[in-house]
Amino acid sequence: MIAETKYIGKPTRRVDGIKKVTGNAEYSAEFNPEHLVHGYIINSTISKGKIVAVHDEEALKVPGVRQVFTHKNIPIEVKIDSDYTDPLAPPGNPFRPFYDENILYNGQPVALIIADTFETAAYASGLVEIEYEKDEGCEVDLKANLQNATREDVPDPPEPRGDAAKAYDSSKYKVDVEYYLPRHYQNPMETFATVAIWSEEEQGFTIYDKIQGVGSSQQYISGIFNLEKEKVRVLSPFVGGGFGSGLRPQYQLFCAAMASKVLKLPVKVVMTRAQMFSFGHRPACLQRLKLSSDKSGKLESITHEAFGETSRFEKFNETVVDWSGMMYQCDNVQFDYQLVPLDVYTPMDMRAPGGATGMYALECAIDELAIEAGVDPLEFRLINYADRDQNEDKPYSSKELRAAFLKASESFGWDKRNAKPGSMEAGNSLVGYGMATGVWEALQQESAAKAILTAEGKLTVSSGTADIGTGTYTIMSQIAAEIVGVPLENVEFQLGDSSLPKAPIEGGSWTASSVGSAVKLVCHELQKKIFGYAQQSFPEELKYAMFEDAQFSDRHLSVKSNRLSYSEILAASGNNSVEVSVNSQPADDRSKYSCYSHSCVMVEVHVDKDTKMITVPRVVSAIAGGKILNPKTAESQILGGITWGISMALEEEGMMDSRNGRIMNANLAEYHVAVQADVQDLEVIFVPEHDEIVNPLGAKGLGEIGIVGVASAICNAIYNATGKRVRELPITLDKLV
Amino acid sequence: MNNISYNRAESVKNASEQFGTDKEMSRFIGGGTNLLDLMKYRVENPEHLIDINHLDLSEVENTDSGGLILGATRTNADTAYHEEVEKRYPLLSEAMLSAASAQLRNMATNGGNLLQRTRCFYFYDTATPCNKREPGSGCSALEGFNRLHAILGESEHCIATHPSDMAVALAALNATVHVDGTSGKRSIPILEFHRLPGDTPHIETSLEPGEIITGIELPEKGFAKNYHYLKVRDRPSYAFALVSVAAALELDNNTIKDIRVALGAVAHKPWREPSVEKEFIGEDATIGNFEKLAAKLTEGATGYGDNDFKIPLIKKSIVRALTEAMNK
Repeated sequence: MIAETKYIGKPTRRVDGIKKVTGNAEYSAEFNPEHLVHGYIINSTISKGKIVAVHDEEALKVPGVRQVFTHKNIPIEVKIDSDYTDPLAPPGNPFRPFYDENILYNGQPVALIIADTFETAAYASGLVEIEYEKDEGCEVDLKANLQNATREDVPDPPEPRGDAAKAYDSSKYKVDVEYYLPRHYQNPMETFATVAIWSEEEQGFTIYDKIQGVGSSQQYISGIFNLEKEKVRVLSPFVGGGFGSGLRPQYQLFCAAMASKVLKLPVKVVMTRAQMFSFGHRPACLQRLKLSSDKSGKLESITHEAFGETSRFEKFNETVVDWSGMMYQCDNVQFDYQLVPLDVYTPMDMRAPGGATGMYALECAIDELAIEAGVDPLEFRLINYADRDQNEDKPYSSKELRAAFLKASESFGWDKRNAKPGSMEAGNSLVGYGMATGVWEALQQESAAKAILTAEGKLTVSSGTADIGTGTYTIMSQIAAEIVGVPLENVEFQLGDSSLPKAPIEGGSWTASSVGSAVKLVCHELQKKIFGYAQQSFPEELKYAMFEDAQFSDRHLSVKSNRLSYSEILAASGNNSVEVSVNSQPADDRSKYSCYSHSCVMVEVHVDKDTKMITVPRVVSAIAGGKILNPKTAESQILGGITWGISMALEEEGMMDSRNGRIMNANLAEYHVAVQADVQDLEVIFVPEHDEIVNPLGAKGLGEIGIVGVASAICNAIYNATGKRVRELPITLDKLV
Repeated sequence: MNNISYNRAESVKNASEQFGTDKEMSRFIGGGTNLLDLMKYRVENPEHLIDINHLDLSEVENTDSGGLILGATRTNADTAYHEEVEKRYPLLSEAMLSAASAQLRNMATNGGNLLQRTRCFYFYDTATPCNKREPGSGCSALEGFNRLHAILGESEHCIATHPSDMAVALAALNATVHVDGTSGKRSIPILEFHRLPGDTPHIETSLEPGEIITGIELPEKGFAKNYHYLKVRDRPSYAFALVSVAAALELDNNTIKDIRVALGAVAHKPWREPSVEKEFIGEDATIGNFEKLAAKLTEGATGYGDNDFKIPLIKKSIVRALTEAMNK
């Protein structure tokens, strides 16, 4: 039986909402310590070669300019015995800003101007001339460089099963198709920004950084400057979106810290929007899928091969092909995943990294095979439904995907779909229905938390996690209020500070499950401590009381007919407050199961018969994501994911000129993402899913699942509308002309 | 961005005098929605900004000949939503409201709209060659990303397009651009206002240094009954046209009494061929005739790779826009 809850599972407004909409939430670039100076970064204009001269004389003459940093004059201490790795650094050597004269990619930071104002620094940056010696040739096009693909330092994909090639040859229906996904850039609204304050007295830093985990910046800076971690305090109370771009420290952090230490002044460095295209991105990926089925639509083989891009200096990898081994029951499977090093910056995680990419190709190819076999795409997925994870040979901790299929198709009206392409019309448009499945791993990481309850009834819970706009402040406050039994407004949740108990970087959709579990545990321990104080101070009343019988609600401990307020318990025990710290680990049992969230996405597209302009009037997304802690913030997560899926399907493309490696649309006017007018009727359905294994909360995390499958559903719907299969994103109208 | 001086002009004459004779030194600023971006990109590097927003150039006024003059510094939003414009020139209103975003339309001015620069990626990136930005340096778009680029009237020196929607409707409506400067007032027909690139793609209009657009005159005939502005683009808002068509018809039953077809985003200027239109006067308004007209208007169209799709697309779009205009 599930107990009635007061806060968990209730749609709750963001506890930080008022601060955000009134401008009182302070983001990294908004901290202005005394004597602050400003940095402006210059980026390289070649992709490969070296700097032969730096002419900064004119810039240095500008009143208010303090210094121009380049590889020539940065302190030697950051070059010797320095460790530039961060917790999520892939195999290889991390990029080191201003390390030497060599240019590794176009847009590489090459100089930093420090001035009294941002405007002066920006102005002076135009007076600095960097002379280059350009190397011939520049390899930035994934498809043109497949011959350089490597498996070195690339994790092995899942083991093959059966004999995919043989099964493919003898199957009745087959598809052999290639899908291509271009580079995508995260582009959170808040550009990267750091305010670094070096203290000579303490020989340490205080740093305000835009980052998805303060521990990441802390490790990076302490490694570079050879400092004890305690000497680097990183704060990041509010983050204006991350989408993966803040999983690793970016170069403005190095710039601000290095300049602050040299100049002994607080330094602020904020990236421009164009600079947001000068570091990690979702890697371009070319995938080949060979699928086959028998005449009834039963899958007989899956072969999934992928080529992802990486830089010359790190081997960034994603989980792209693995999904094909677990989404459908299939006994003959084979995988390959290779990386192609290019003259680009190391790619990095972007919303549903690998999942959005791999499932895009798989779910389009499945649609192709279903059509080939003459089976309805939903029916096809039910025929091949996987009740067990064949990759790991484990049962699922829970999997209500069937219910998601059912709920989505009912609400969407899938039964009204006409399978014949071009057979449905509305006005001057062809209408198409398409569907896809989504999946994301429900992860849990070790996480610590602390809770303090004061005699006045104020509960402060803290953990060094982040809120990248996802609602961490809110759901952690809900959990704490629920378990300790205090009103939500009495709870303060603290995060974004490296001096708080250690939490994982916010990413992978694991924060609700990891930090939430720690918060639940610490509050539970707090209950125990309160109970202990009560037993000491009120021995008569609680003579035969057991902790298991105790209720903690409305700021009172109740056991049977006895009801004691927290304040009287604390007063009687002679304490002003009660404090507990915990470290929460995933349960051992968890490893016996596969833990995933799933979704079913159904979309309607309209394609204009003449102009081929594509619109998406309807999307239904049914999510099986475990316990929903806050339906309001949860729905926002999924709405954001769907919207981004529309962008991914129809608009997004980082256009890098293969002649010089420059991103030519490095601005939000030309790098298209969905605007308000693109987003019409979106419906989110949460399918009940009970899971006692995934973590103590039963919550699976919702950050990524919303985007997975959306692009495939749109691609499949466009086929249904037009009979044209576009196997390259984005599906812009020129591909249908 | 460079250091600049900023002055408000006191009169058109004063603005023109402040401008001086060096075309690169000064810029008039209206809404600044394009100019300021270009300055941040260091594509435009003026030393003087002359603010003309306070000159008395923001009214919409009737002319003696039954037309309308749109003030040069009036915002696009205030123009598109003006009662007379909506009623008598709905084609213009529709085109203007299809442009940019509400925020930009609230700032951008009519004169500035005509003077906005191309959206060619290479024009904006000072690290790449561009004949328009740096004459003689070469055209990167010829063999680069040219999905947005011209298929008509282009040259080996430049294949950029003019990005305005407003100008396309103005071309269809035979508007006249009124300018004033140190050498006095003159009027320029809209079709002669913008230039083809030839070997001087950096010279985009027939304005002389210091000349100011004071207003845009619309003749009486507004085609308020049968018109359509079709903008084909990558997303339904805040995107420049891939192709656009301003279509206007005057019909006598099913006979074409007058016809205007102006094309946007296919050339260095709004593209119109009145001589081709004339051939269809007196003909029936039929899809077949629209197709013939589309074929004639796009004769000699050339693709450069990424923009090849524009050739079939513009033909379809012309027919569609005329059909919508006919059926209105």
